[in-house]
Amino acid sequence: MALLEVKNLGISFGGLRAVNGFDIKIEKGQLYGLIGPNGAGKTTVFNLLTGVYKPDTGSIILDGKDITGKKTIEISKAGIARTFQNIRLFKEMSVLDNVKAGLHNKHSYSFLSGLFHLPAYHSVEKQMNEQAMELLKVFELEKEAETLASNLPYGKQRKLEIARAMATEPKLLLLDEPAAGMNPNETKTLMEMIEFVREHFQMTILLIEHDMKLVSGICEELTVLNFGEVLAQGPTGAVLNNPQVITAYLGE
Amino acid sequence: MEKKRWNKTAKNNAVTYGIVVLFWVAMTLWDQSGNLSSLMRGLLVPVCIYAIMAVSLNLTVGILGELSLGHAGFMCVGAFASAFFTNLMKETIPFTPLRFALAILIAALFAAIFGVIIGIPVLRLQGDYLAIVTLAFGEIIKNFVNILYVGKDSRGLHFSIKDTLSLGLEDEGVVLVKGPQGITGTSRDATFTIGIILLLISLFIILRLIQSRDGRAIKAIRDNQIAAESIGINITKYKLMAFTVSAALAGVAGALYAHNLSSLTATSQNFGYNMSIMILVYVVLGGIGSIRGSMIAAAVLTVLPELLRGLNDYRMLIYAVILIVAMLLNWAPAALAFREKYSLKRLLGRNKTKEAE
Repeated sequence: MALLEVKNLGISFGGLRAVNGFDIKIEKGQLYGLIGPNGAGKTTVFNLLTGVYKPDTGSIILDGKDITGKKTIEISKAGIARTFQNIRLFKEMSVLDNVKAGLHNKHSYSFLSGLFHLPAYHSVEKQMNEQAMELLKVFELEKEAETLASNLPYGKQRKLEIARAMATEPKLLLLDEPAAGMNPNETKTLMEMIEFVREHFQMTILLIEHDMKLVSGICEELTVLNFGEVLAQGPTGAVLNNPQVITAYLGE
Repeated sequence: MEKKRWNKTAKNNAVTYGIVVLFWVAMTLWDQSGNLSSLMRGLLVPVCIYAIMAVSLNLTVGILGELSLGHAGFMCVGAFASAFFTNLMKETIPFTPLRFALAILIAALFAAIFGVIIGIPVLRLQGDYLAIVTLAFGEIIKNFVNILYVGKDSRGLHFSIKDTLSLGLEDEGVVLVKGPQGITGTSRDATFTIGIILLLISLFIILRLIQSRDGRAIKAIRDNQIAAESIGINITKYKLMAFTVSAALAGVAGALYAHNLSSLTATSQNFGYNMSIMILVYVVLGGIGSIRGSMIAAAVLTVLPELLRGLNDYRMLIYAVILIVAMLLNWAPAALAFREKYSLKRLLGRNKTKEAE
């Protein structure tokens, strides 16, 4: 059974049909690419999957569980984490606290434990610190643990955003244009990191990307969106050679 | 590394508590030496009241990141709830410390209830809209108290929003809340020491809250609500938590206020938006999000107008000029650089390295 199965997903904003009849099927452990020209509806698909928008039509099944129309919090708890096209970090918090905020629903203690530093506070905070530091090590951010997130260089901010998403222990990770604004060198490092995350955590990843090199380099399967509809779907090689895709997206 | 981090925040908090305790010691000694003017002595409790107001508002404005302009409304709720309780229980609980402690708890509870009631609709809004609606709620509370009449007789409590007569009291009945005349005859139980203790408790609650898991969630919402939601943080719950704690502490300040005066009325001077704005000035001047800063700013700006009293007509003019200059200097790049260069920490650090050599 597929980890994520989306059928006939659609949403309209006023008269505009932003996404229409969108189907996708992602197997566990897959690295899947979602591409398309500007305004094709890629980010809208992400917003539908994470509950930012409620779909007008269709269904979303994650790991056998129907999450259609659920709230963002419930979807996060069900196991979908995401990053954003324009980085959204907790800027005035330390790198460590950003990841610890990601661990929010994994650990808990009462308001009073926090107030009076009861034993639960110390043991849970210690656990959170250890887990967060472990994640930071994976993303090579452990030296910056005390730095304010806003003071990190751009590439590291991207990494931190992925680390924070991973802290929620998701089943499916959605990356929204992770290479946006990066130079070829940084993009290459990022590609390696995405592959590493996938293997290290055995993560299923759905990736929105403009950078064709990144997509063809690491994604096994692709879906091409154009004007809110699926233009082509299948193994990367076949999709990229599809004449319709070349016309619509890559140019003739 | 973990330990170092803990030490840093613990040290920072200890400095904050230390400042309060030092202030208490200095003022108590000064008072006992007999040199403290009655004017200054009269300011000691207000300093505590406004410091509590400033640190509690900073929880909403600085930590939660929502602009609230109705903070004085919660103070009003606390003041009237506690004064009413004290007058009601005058005979029942003759032991003053117990009665005052209960009155403070009741003030906090009532203000917290109002915090929840107002917070649920208001926190759905953001930015300017939220500010305007909190301003309106603050005014509603103040104006409602002005038309509220409560009396007590052998049959129990009577409420009216018309006048004393419509309470329908028996002959021996007493009117406790007299509309625009408010509550009179509250025993003046508030002292400087109690004020300082309440300030310390408020600081303790806020600082501990900030460093807990809940506080992290609140700060995450402030920094990026969409991202906070995406990692599964319950926005409504934590916004309401911050807002309610902030309101409850304002209620405590209100209790202190009510028991520092023998007659309590709700005017636009003490519980209106003037006061809310003034508390906001303390928070902004002390530094949004800086608990210690807002506390110090509140203390200085409460004392300053009284110190300038000798200048008579020019008093408020000079106060305004000082405010503007302080605001400009506080965040000016040159001032920041100067502070960086001559910060106490760095000077001390330099000494240390010299000693090491």
